[in-house]
Amino acid sequence: MSRWQANRRHVLRFNLNGQPRVGEAEPRMLLTDFLRHQIGMTGTHVGCEHGVCGACTVDIDGNPARACLTLALQVDGCNVRTVESLALAPDRLGILQSAFKRNHALQCGFCTAGILMSLDGFLRKYPQADEAAIRDLLTGHLCRCTGYTPIVRAALEAAAEMSGALSREKSDA
Amino acid sequence: MKPAAFDYVRAEHLDEALDVLASEGSDARIIAGGQSLMPMLNMRLAKPKTLIDIMRVSELARIEREAGMVMIGAAVRQAALLEWPGLGESLRLAALALPWTGHVQTRSRGTVCGSIAHADPSAELPLLLCALDGDVHVRSARRQRRVAARDFFTGMMATTRADDELIEAVSFPADQKRCAFREVARRHGDFAIVACAAVANGDGVRLAVGGVADMPVARDFPRLEASALDDALNAFAYELDARDDVHATARYRRDLVRVIGRDLVQEVLQ
Repeated sequence: MSRWQANRRHVLRFNLNGQPRVGEAEPRMLLTDFLRHQIGMTGTHVGCEHGVCGACTVDIDGNPARACLTLALQVDGCNVRTVESLALAPDRLGILQSAFKRNHALQCGFCTAGILMSLDGFLRKYPQADEAAIRDLLTGHLCRCTGYTPIVRAALEAAAEMSGALSREKSDA
Repeated sequence: MKPAAFDYVRAEHLDEALDVLASEGSDARIIAGGQSLMPMLNMRLAKPKTLIDIMRVSELARIEREAGMVMIGAAVRQAALLEWPGLGESLRLAALALPWTGHVQTRSRGTVCGSIAHADPSAELPLLLCALDGDVHVRSARRQRRVAARDFFTGMMATTRADDELIEAVSFPADQKRCAFREVARRHGDFAIVACAAVANGDGVRLAVGGVADMPVARDFPRLEASALDDALNAFAYELDARDDVHATARYRRDLVRVIGRDLVQEVLQ
């Protein structure tokens, strides 16, 4: 059994986007604030802070999770992936990101980081996912700009590309 | 908002968690998946001095079939139950209701026992426990007891669990009875405005309703003619003492109980 005292920072070790990281957090620090303020990765957005909007969704050990409903100390020893892991290079979007761009699947972009992380993990597991499955997954996210239709279209296009059904030229858009 | 400060204890064995609960009582809270407790902490509706994380207690992470029961340990996530190969043949009602329980993104962390401990009157898992006459296995450093679902829930987010007790498991009778589940929510996966579960019970049907009263309520209905069934469902809908709130009016909730209730009863009796 280990006990981490309140109001003190404690060391945690975890993998972030494939790289081992060491950070410090008080017990009450949320994973959202830890990623943004301690690690300095601000791609993960903070929306409602009670698990409803989905903007803060990250991948923990292969599953999508609300970073705002996770304590930083709970990911000690875990593999965490954030939206920063999706681009192939600083100037080159990943398959899912490109599909979002082509299909206008974002406007203000606030919800997008969370939606991308849900879809990325889901399409890795189920590359043959159909529209109903994608819409079910998207019920865990709120988007107030797009009406979801372009997001579904982008997800289906990315799924087809990931499973090799489409061959696109390797451009950014 | 952010949680108030607390000590964080990571238990590796059940005894460790029980010892902390025994010495700190109501100042300590168990955290498992955190999908119910974390919003309470973030909004400071709960301000425990100590949080005891039980997700690394391996003995609590098991789903077992024994003596006609399915035992689900306190560290079993909702996603793990949904993926459990025995679900369809042993717990058909859970197979129907779990896809309505939160979202993929919350089922991945939220636990079965955690939702039952939280006892939200709109939540699906407490409803299932009542519909199927399941039991809650509660334990403290001084005793171990098994509580029937109808004796466990006492009101809105209130249960008979004592401050030094934790839920170590819940059990459901394994069966293949005909059953049906449906709910109405503003967004699929959100808390239900009304959720109904129906299970064949002898010649009749047991109907359990969540989202209306302060806790899930189950009622047995004999096989009835259509108009008699409508009358019985109408009486049941009024007995649930629905209230108006920001999500729906009492009248709308009663109507959902009548309409969904009739559909499910007929589906199970077919």
